[in-house]
Amino acid sequence: MTLNRTWIVGLTMVGMTAMLAGNVFGQEGETTKGAVTIRLDGSTTVGPVVKEFAAYYMKNNPEANITVSESGSGNGAKSLINGMCEVASMSRFMKDNEFKAAIDKGVYPVAHAIAVDGIAVVVHPANPVKGLTSEQVRDIYTGKITNWNQVGGPDRAIIVISRDTNSGTYECFEEIALQKERMAANVEYVGSNGAMRQRVQSTPTAIGFLGLGFTDRTVKALEINAVAPNRQTVVSGRYPIARPLFLFTNGWPQMGTHLHAFVNLYLTRKGHEIIEAIGFVPVTDY
Amino acid sequence: MEPAQSMTSRQAPGRRNALVLSKRASRLNRLAALLGHGLLLLLTLSSVLSVLFIFYFIIRDAIPFFQLRGFREFFAGTQWYPSANPASFGAFPIFLGSMLVTAGAVMVAVPFGVCASVCLSDILPFTLRQLVKPVIEILAAIPSVAFGFFALVVFAPRLQADGGGLLSVASWMIGAPVAGLTAFILSDLLTAGLSGTARWVGRGLLLVVLGALAFWGLWAAGSFFRSLDISSGTNALNVSIILGIMALPTVISVSEDALQAVGRELREGAYALGSTRAETLLRVVMPAASSGICAAVILGVMRAFGETMVVWMASGNAAHVPSPWYNLLQPVRTLTATIAGDMGEADHVTGSERYHVLFAMALVLLTVSFVFSWLSERVVSRAVRIRGGQ
Repeated sequence: MTLNRTWIVGLTMVGMTAMLAGNVFGQEGETTKGAVTIRLDGSTTVGPVVKEFAAYYMKNNPEANITVSESGSGNGAKSLINGMCEVASMSRFMKDNEFKAAIDKGVYPVAHAIAVDGIAVVVHPANPVKGLTSEQVRDIYTGKITNWNQVGGPDRAIIVISRDTNSGTYECFEEIALQKERMAANVEYVGSNGAMRQRVQSTPTAIGFLGLGFTDRTVKALEINAVAPNRQTVVSGRYPIARPLFLFTNGWPQMGTHLHAFVNLYLTRKGHEIIEAIGFVPVTDY
Repeated sequence: MEPAQSMTSRQAPGRRNALVLSKRASRLNRLAALLGHGLLLLLTLSSVLSVLFIFYFIIRDAIPFFQLRGFREFFAGTQWYPSANPASFGAFPIFLGSMLVTAGAVMVAVPFGVCASVCLSDILPFTLRQLVKPVIEILAAIPSVAFGFFALVVFAPRLQADGGGLLSVASWMIGAPVAGLTAFILSDLLTAGLSGTARWVGRGLLLVVLGALAFWGLWAAGSFFRSLDISSGTNALNVSIILGIMALPTVISVSEDALQAVGRELREGAYALGSTRAETLLRVVMPAASSGICAAVILGVMRAFGETMVVWMASGNAAHVPSPWYNLLQPVRTLTATIAGDMGEADHVTGSERYHVLFAMALVLLTVSFVFSWLSERVVSRAVRIRGGQ
C-alpha cells in the first residue's frame, strides 16, 4: 500500500518535471528546433486547412505539438494580440484597429496568404434559378427583392439567410457582395457554415452563402454574373465573391524554426493537396 | 494509562478534574472555533460575493455604452446593426423577441406542467409515479445543445414542410379531449336545476349541442392552422415549443412539491364533506398550493428567458419586429443569443460601443432574472407563512 503510494507520488513528480522541462524547452524551441508547442486560433473557415496542416506536420515532426482552436477570425486576432496563440488564422485581413491594438501591445502581425476562398451563393437543389447578378444578390440581401419570381423563379417568398456578424465569411460577403450596404432586418442569421448548409438544404425557398469548401451536392451554388464558382474562376479572380485566407504571425517567423516550417507549409506540394482537398484554391497558379 | 495521567497533570497543574480546561487550552479552543466558523462563513460568502461581483462587472462595462449612446436608441430603436458603419444599436426587436419566445414557452410549459404535476401527485398510483418521475427528471439533464440540434435539424424542416398540418393535428389532439370534458361538465352544471327524466333528456340534448359546437370550433381552428404557410422553420414558434419542453421538468417538479405539501388532512377533510376528487383538486388542493404553482411558473419563465443555445441555433436570429408583432411564425432574435453570437468580434481592445452594448443587454437580462427570482422567493415565503399561520 505505502509502497504503491510512494510509487504513484514518485511517478507523478517525474511526470510533472518532464512537463515542466517540456515547457522550458518549448520556450527555447521557437529559436532552436526542439520540442515546441504552436497554438493556433481563429477562423472556422481556415480551421479545416490548419487542422490538416497540423496533423500532417505533427506526423512528420513528433516533437512539435500543435493545437488548433476555432473561435472566429476576430477571436484569432484577439488571441494573437494578447499572446494567447502563435498563429492566428483569419478569413479576412486584420482591421486597422486590430493592427493598432497589436502594435500597442508589442505584437507585429505579419500576413501569410495561404489560399483563396470563393464564397458561393447557395440555394436548395430544387430551386430552378441558375444564376444571379451581383446586383440581384445585393438586392435580395438588402430586401429590395423579396420573391423568387423577381429573379426568374417560382412565386415564393425568399428566405434570406446570412452567417452571423461574428464570422469572417459575413464580413467578406458584406464587403464584396453588399458593398457595405445594410442587410434587411428580416434576414436570418446562423452560427456556422454547417448550420447554413443544413438550413439551405432543408428549406426550398432559402438563399444563403457558404465558403466554397463547404458546398456539396446537397445545395446548389449559383452562378454570379454568369460565372460559376470553381477553382479556375476563383483563382483567376473572375468569380466576383472571393477572398484570400490568412495566417498571421507575430513578425516573420525565424528561419529554420518549426513555426517557420509550419506556416510555410502552404508553399509545398502537400500543402496544395490539403488546400485543394478541402475545397479552397492554392494561391500559387502553376 | 501512565502517560495519559502525566499529561493531564502537566496540562492542569493543581486541578483534580481533567474535564476542566486550562485557561490557555480554552482560549486555543475558542480560537480554533472562531477560525472554523470564519472559514465556513468565507466559503458561504464566496457565492454571495460572486453574485455581487457579476453585478459589479456587468454594470461597470454597461455604463460606458449608455454614456456613449444614451438610453433612447437602445430601448426604443428598431435598427440593430452593431457591425455597420455607422453602427446602430436599436435593441427593441431583441427585447420583443425574448418576450415572445418566453411567452410562447410559458403557453406550452404551464398547462402541460401543471396538469402533469396534478396527475403525478394526486392521480397516479404510487408505483407508477415512482416510474414516471425519474423519466421527467431525465428531461432536465439533456444538454440544451441537443435540444437545439433537434430544433434545427429535425423540427425546423418538419415545420416548414407541413407545419400547418402539424399544428392542426396538435390542436385536435389537445382540443378534442378538453372540449369533450368541458361539454360534459357544462351540460351537467346547466341542468342542475331540473330533476328526473327532464334532467336526463336536457343533459343529453345539451351535450349534443355543445359537442357539435366544440367540433365546429375545432374544425375551424384546424382548417385555419392547415392554411398557414410557415415559410421558415427556424422561428419563434419552434423555439417556444422546445423551450416549453425544456422548462417542463422545472415546472412539474416545483408545482408537484407544492401539491404534495398541501398535506393529507385537507384532502381527507374535503372528501369527508362529500367532495368528488375533481372538486377536491380544483377547489381545495390547487388553491392551497397556488403560491407554489406560481413559483413554479416563475422558475419556468426564468428557464426559458435565460436559455441561450436553443435560441441561438433555431430562432432564426433576425433582429426585426415581426408583423404583426405577436406573430410567432417569423424568426426572432433574443437577448441571450445576441450576446452569445456577437461576443467574438466585439473586443474591448478594438471596438468599444459594440462591446459595451452586449453588457448593457446582459444587465437587462440580469435585472429581469433578478426580479423574477425575487418574485418567486416572495411568493414561496408568503406560502410558507400562510401555511404556518393556518
